[in-house]
Amino acid sequence: SRGYVGFANLPNQVYRKSVKRGFEFTLMVVGESGLGKSTLINSLFLTDLYSKDYPGPSLRIKKTVQVEQSKVLVKEGGVQLTLTIVDTPGFGDAVDNSNCWQPVINYIDSKCEDFLNAESRVNRRLMPDNRVHCCLYFIAPSGHGLKPLDIEFMKRLHDKVNVIPLIAKADTLTPEECQLFKKQIMKEIQEHKIQIYEFPDIEDDEDSKLIRKIKERMPLAVVGSNVVIEVNGKKVRGRQYPWGVAEVENGEHCDFTVLRNMLIRTHMQDLKDVTNNVHYENYRSRKLAAVTCNGGVDTSKTKNQMTRSPLAQMEEERREHVMKMKKMETEMEQVFEMKVKEKKQKLKDSEAELERRHEQMKKNLEAQYKELEEKKRHHEEEKSNWEAQQRILEQQKLDASKTMEKNKKKGKIF
Amino acid sequence: PTVPRAGSTLLGYIGIDTIIEQMRKKTMKAGFDFNIMIVGHSGLGKSTLVNTLFKSQVSRWSSGWGGEHKIPKTVEIKAVSHVIEEGGVKMKLTVIDTPGFGDQINNENCWDPISKYINEQYEKFLKEEVNIARKKRIPDTRVHCCLYFISPTGHSLRQLDIEFMKHLSRVVNIIPVIAKSDTMTPDEKNEFKHRVRKELETHGIEYYPQNEFDDDMEDKNENDKIREAMPFAVVGSDKEFQVNGKRVLGRKTAWGVVEVENPNHCEFALLRDFLIRSHLQDLKEVTHNIHYETYRARRLNDNGGLHPISANNTQESNL
Repeated sequence: SRGYVGFANLPNQVYRKSVKRGFEFTLMVVGESGLGKSTLINSLFLTDLYSKDYPGPSLRIKKTVQVEQSKVLVKEGGVQLTLTIVDTPGFGDAVDNSNCWQPVINYIDSKCEDFLNAESRVNRRLMPDNRVHCCLYFIAPSGHGLKPLDIEFMKRLHDKVNVIPLIAKADTLTPEECQLFKKQIMKEIQEHKIQIYEFPDIEDDEDSKLIRKIKERMPLAVVGSNVVIEVNGKKVRGRQYPWGVAEVENGEHCDFTVLRNMLIRTHMQDLKDVTNNVHYENYRSRKLAAVTCNGGVDTSKTKNQMTRSPLAQMEEERREHVMKMKKMETEMEQVFEMKVKEKKQKLKDSEAELERRHEQMKKNLEAQYKELEEKKRHHEEEKSNWEAQQRILEQQKLDASKTMEKNKKKGKIF
Repeated sequence: PTVPRAGSTLLGYIGIDTIIEQMRKKTMKAGFDFNIMIVGHSGLGKSTLVNTLFKSQVSRWSSGWGGEHKIPKTVEIKAVSHVIEEGGVKMKLTVIDTPGFGDQINNENCWDPISKYINEQYEKFLKEEVNIARKKRIPDTRVHCCLYFISPTGHSLRQLDIEFMKHLSRVVNIIPVIAKSDTMTPDEKNEFKHRVRKELETHGIEYYPQNEFDDDMEDKNENDKIREAMPFAVVGSDKEFQVNGKRVLGRKTAWGVVEVENPNHCEFALLRDFLIRSHLQDLKEVTHNIHYETYRARRLNDNGGLHPISANNTQESNL
């Protein structure tokens, strides 16, 4: 008989580790202004993320769609949740709302890209998950059906993120109107082949009943409020009208509790899993497949490359890249040699020039030297002539004085 | 010419005051037309409200839910006429619906078809008026009143609302109403109304009753009160429920019944009284004396004078 090994304790270990690590969840809210999105978020997480000072639509100056994120840390029973709420102010508010979904798509893709890059890095120690795990789409309670904008948005986003459509401000509808409206919306969603978030089938009997109940109530009709009112001695969160109080947490008044339980208490992990396993993987394979379709490649090649695995493709690319590098290297060497030759030639030319000039100067100097020599000889000649003459004159003078002396002695002085 | 002498005392009863009774009899026999246009994007309860106002199924969706509310690709103008009678007075009511307004992704200039329709009615009337052989009573298809439905966002007017009202407040009487107001608590309602009024003022939008057309002090006082209370926050319903032993028109929710005619619940009664019980005739008069005359003057100036169309309708004019 096998004794107790102890790996039944594994779930506890996983649990403890997860709790220590803390959880992350990113929730996006989309819908035109005035549908109570901020109030609902405040109600869901019992926070004041959107306080009275938050600039609501009436104060908003920009008339384009923005994507803004706010982080809040929620602690409960030792578990820590880093909740990121992504808001899309300006969505659907302009007169011309063409492409107002583009900033939303760009945001979701950019978060997936960040994750892809982080995953591919060498050092993967810190890998924060900022991908959008769930997108709550708010439908105006018209009572008729979906608007063209609703359909267009959901069609473009259903394969990028978990879309959960909600009927906003549901206290505007009577129960019958709400039922008809929900039916109509689901019909249109199916007609347009929009894939909203599907609750997973669980084998557990009890849970599957609960899930079926949720599925019947889709899309969830919600009302939000953080104002506490007293009804029949009980304190409830609700909205006070002259004709009664619409209670937020009353299952007969609206589906708020269903949403809260589903979003936070039962399916938060599943939303993250679906995001990771389905939406992110779609993004990843799309992104990496795009590697094969580089610009400048002719179509015949592209066809073959499409079927190859990314790794082979990467190897091919590497080879190409190396060849390219080699070619560049030889080219550069050629250019270098040519330049060296040129320079050498230049130097030679200037050397020759210098030599020539040197010769020239030497010649000049020699000529000058010769001239000077000539002059000097001439001058020497003159000098010796003159000296000779001077000697003669001296002699004559001496002779003359001698004769005078003789004549004096002979007394011939007159 | 001699100036009539100021009233000498009557020595007996003449019966001049019976002229009012004579006018009333004539009006009752003739009946009168009223054309109301409803504008707002789909899902704001426009048809329900019009049905509630006139206590009859006068809108396009008289069958209630069950019709295919398919949003058309462009703005359509659908006019439906009914003759309703009350106290011996016959009214030919025409409700002009504008499906498709504000429902597309790109709503640029979606008010153009509406503007065109309104001007076409003026043109029709003008042509009749200019005719040599005129009909005794020109059929009046001009839009006397345009109810503009504002979405109860609780924040402020949307860009489209401002654009529409700016373009059309000079051409037709616009009465803005806040639709489906049972979505807001009393405080939210007041704040919203206040903000909307400020915005309308900032953009220079003159809604009916316009300031400049008040005839005298009495009118001005009455109209001032109305202007301060506008836009009316309304709820419509054609279903009746039992409340405190009374049958009332309303909407039944899980937490109570919204009574349409209860002034504490919404301002439907105010709108109805204003629109039908006190200002119906004034709406027609302002349309005829001011909006239509403006149109006419512009047309005549543009064409350098109109030539009347001859009896057999040969085209002599350059209309």
